Amino acid sequence: MTSYLFIVLGAVLVNNVVFVRILGLCPFMGVSKKLETAVGMGAATTFVLTMACGASYVIDRWLLIPNQLEYLRTLSFIVTIAAIVQLTELVIQKTSPLLHQVLGIYLPLITTNCAVLGIPLLNVSLRHNFLESLLFGFGSAVGFTLALILFAGIRERLEAADVPIHFRGTAIAMITAGLMSLAFMGFAGLDKYK
Amino acid sequence: MFEAILVMALGAVVLGAALGYAAVRFRVEGDPLVEKIDAILPQTQCGQCGFPGCKPYAQAIAKGEADINCCPPGGDEGIHKLADLLGREFKSLSAEHGIEKPKSVAVIDEQRCIGCTLCIQACPVDAIVGAAKQMHTVVAPQCTGCELCLPPCPVDCISMQPIGESVETWKWKYPVFKINPTQREAA
Amino acid sequence: MNAVQRLFGFHGGVKPAYNKEAATGLPIAVAPTPTLLVIPLHQSIGGIPRPLVKAGDRVLKGQRIGGADGNVSSAVHASTSGTVVAVEMRLMPHTSGLSALCVVIEPDGRDEWIPRQPFDFRSATPTQTRDYLRDTGVVGLGGAVFPSYLKLNPGKLGKLHTLVLNGAECEPFITCDDLLMRERAETIIKGTLIMREMLSAGQVLIGIEDNKPQAIAAMEVAAQAANAAAGDSSIKVVPVPTRYPAGGAKQLMRVLTGIEVPHGKRSTDYGLQCFNVGTAYAIYEAIALGQPLISRIVTVAGNVERARNYEVLLGTPMRDLVALCGPLPDTDRVIMGGPMMGLLMPNDEVPVVKAANCVLVGSRKLFPPPPPEMPCIRCGECAKVCPSDLQPFEMYWFSRAKIFGKAQEYNLFDCIECGCCAYVCPSRIPLVDYYRFAKSEIWARELENEAADVARERYEFRLLREEREKQEKAAKLAAKTAAGREKAAAALAEVEQPAVTPEQDAKKALIAAALERARVQKAQAHPENTSNLTPQQQAEVEAIEARRAEIREMAKPHLRQDD
Repeated sequence: MTSYLFIVLGAVLVNNVVFVRILGLCPFMGVSKKLETAVGMGAATTFVLTMACGASYVIDRWLLIPNQLEYLRTLSFIVTIAAIVQLTELVIQKTSPLLHQVLGIYLPLITTNCAVLGIPLLNVSLRHNFLESLLFGFGSAVGFTLALILFAGIRERLEAADVPIHFRGTAIAMITAGLMSLAFMGFAGLDKYK
Repeated sequence: MFEAILVMALGAVVLGAALGYAAVRFRVEGDPLVEKIDAILPQTQCGQCGFPGCKPYAQAIAKGEADINCCPPGGDEGIHKLADLLGREFKSLSAEHGIEKPKSVAVIDEQRCIGCTLCIQACPVDAIVGAAKQMHTVVAPQCTGCELCLPPCPVDCISMQPIGESVETWKWKYPVFKINPTQREAA
Repeated sequence: MNAVQRLFGFHGGVKPAYNKEAATGLPIAVAPTPTLLVIPLHQSIGGIPRPLVKAGDRVLKGQRIGGADGNVSSAVHASTSGTVVAVEMRLMPHTSGLSALCVVIEPDGRDEWIPRQPFDFRSATPTQTRDYLRDTGVVGLGGAVFPSYLKLNPGKLGKLHTLVLNGAECEPFITCDDLLMRERAETIIKGTLIMREMLSAGQVLIGIEDNKPQAIAAMEVAAQAANAAAGDSSIKVVPVPTRYPAGGAKQLMRVLTGIEVPHGKRSTDYGLQCFNVGTAYAIYEAIALGQPLISRIVTVAGNVERARNYEVLLGTPMRDLVALCGPLPDTDRVIMGGPMMGLLMPNDEVPVVKAANCVLVGSRKLFPPPPPEMPCIRCGECAKVCPSDLQPFEMYWFSRAKIFGKAQEYNLFDCIECGCCAYVCPSRIPLVDYYRFAKSEIWARELENEAADVARERYEFRLLREEREKQEKAAKLAAKTAAGREKAAAALAEVEQPAVTPEQDAKKALIAAALERARVQKAQAHPENTSNLTPQQQAEVEAIEARRAEIREMAKPHLRQDD
């Protein structure tokens, strides 16, 4: 039981997908301008990533391995993820058109979010079982959401701050992200599990 | 080899079916975004954006057919608001659509007006009153300053006059000044 | 003696140097009538009154020269008798340095009143009373100049439990309410009683800062007398601790009753209403004496030799007032109001208006220029002193960055601009300037949005109208063509029936007639040689005819076609 907790906590804090694994930086920088969109993007990614982890486990375990088709892993995972993203997009477009418009290109780009492919592949290499895969995916996605929300909060404040002209916009955002990454390194001390 | 193709094809068919079902199930009707964009636009109905009014421009933005920087009356602030709403980058006003001018109202030189009613037909907000062969006049509070009445006037008796500040509309100035030591010495 | 009133506190506040002694040494003096009165039409919150006089008119003291316009507006009156010189744009007592419509009156020195009659508010309906107060121009004299008739409404509850009278006067230098209470306490109490009756209020709490012992004593005497006359103890004079801004309406109500009026609510929703003591005085004058608001007590203080309170006719140029007090040579500015919340005047020629509780004469020495603004260090001092429990640093942060929506989320509009935050700021940031900037920007945007909404509505209506007109036109055209077609058809029928058919008939008739004629001719066409025959010849002819008939009879089957 504790191991499951460790998987989730480890994915959220210790091996935060953005700040420690440095995955999924494109949506991280792109959708963190406003808290509202950050929450929306976080929720969408959480859904996609959890689903992707479950689906890819099933495909890997019951389709690829029995047929000795492990070399199709990346390809089949990508196809599955693309389909899940499409599904998510349709649902969001229906339920929150404004969020759909605001997320814009980043929503279909969840497909190419390396975190979404990376976590299922990590699941395979870490030999997680189905539940562990789901939890690892969910934890990583929560970590991604956490990073996105924290960063969006900071960026909203940065909007109002007196930043030297040459550092305005993405430059100061990058520096801030670097500092946050350093801060998250501190959680490594928690990690006896690894 | 054959197996691999079969597996991928099977996957494609299953996923395709699922997506097809979802596309029908979650079909979207209407576009509430247009209303939100329209609310930001200044409603001058001037057509400087190249669309016949603010609503058509809003629809064009929502569909992605028009850029957000085509509205001179909205100015930089309007573009900023649109950029915020749509999560796009800010762009400065597109030069081909005109420049941001101070808010003005049309004024008819009543001596020269011949009462042709052409301006009345041109006004998008019905802010000009008058009748054929009678003098026309602009209802200033309702004039949006769109300048659409200028071209049709055969005697060029309409001019745009900037709205002056009054005690009621006066705004407190932004209190950030550049520190200039020589100026401080002089003061 | 009253039972000790329990006092509550308000958050924050500061204790600036009060500088009140200078102007309290001398009693209120009546300022002389100036050579020219400039009376701005817009002296209160709300709609700009319409001018009721024109250049050349003679006006009497107290005559209405500006009529209230709109639901929130208050009339203005001639301060003395004289001639209207002009109704024109004149410099306003406003920081902007802009002009607005003013009535310029040249006094004739006779000071001739309009006929004055007390107003019997007891027999008048509440609406009549409010209209009367609107037309006598009574507004809040504490500085906000909100039309009083709008506040003299008991609100949803129909009655109030407490009427708060504000004599706190917390702003430094200003002593006009202090002197008014010392000298005219009885009148203030009479005015208060009128207001209490209008509002059906229970108790009256008169809050006075404890640094005005003489005012407290005078008001106490007057209140005791009123209580004795009424046989109860419903009017209480309550000394409140001296702390700026105890004179803010919300702050004073909170100190006296412990009730905090939340954002977006009216104090009457909580059974409370608050008036300035000067307003109570003005209401007494309006109701009991029939005198509209034409003068007020103004403190002249600051960089002058003899600071003093004057009863000043509205419209008197500030320069005349300042001259009475002997301004020091280094005088360089005039401020309307106190040093905390006052507004810098564009020059000293601007007139005294209803909002002018103080004319503060300044100099570089008295009010040195503020040191340069430093960056905010987020020390939080401003939040500690904010009497409205706001977070000034956040509002400053967003106002400075022009993110007005966020500033509003931090309740910018609950800020009373008291200046406590700027007073304590170690970085010397003029916070209030930022709030004023943000507020006026937000108002301007709101006006723009309203204008845009109107334009959208009108545009959509125009489209609708054009569409309707098009349809109507099309319908008319269709109706016209349909009618035309019908008419054409009818006409055709008309032409065809009597003209075409008769023509045929005529032809037929003609043919018939011709045939008939031919037949008759044929019948009559006896050969000439057959007439006048002898009987023998006749018999021969008959025989021949008989033969012919015989032959015809025989030939019949062959001739049938011809027949």
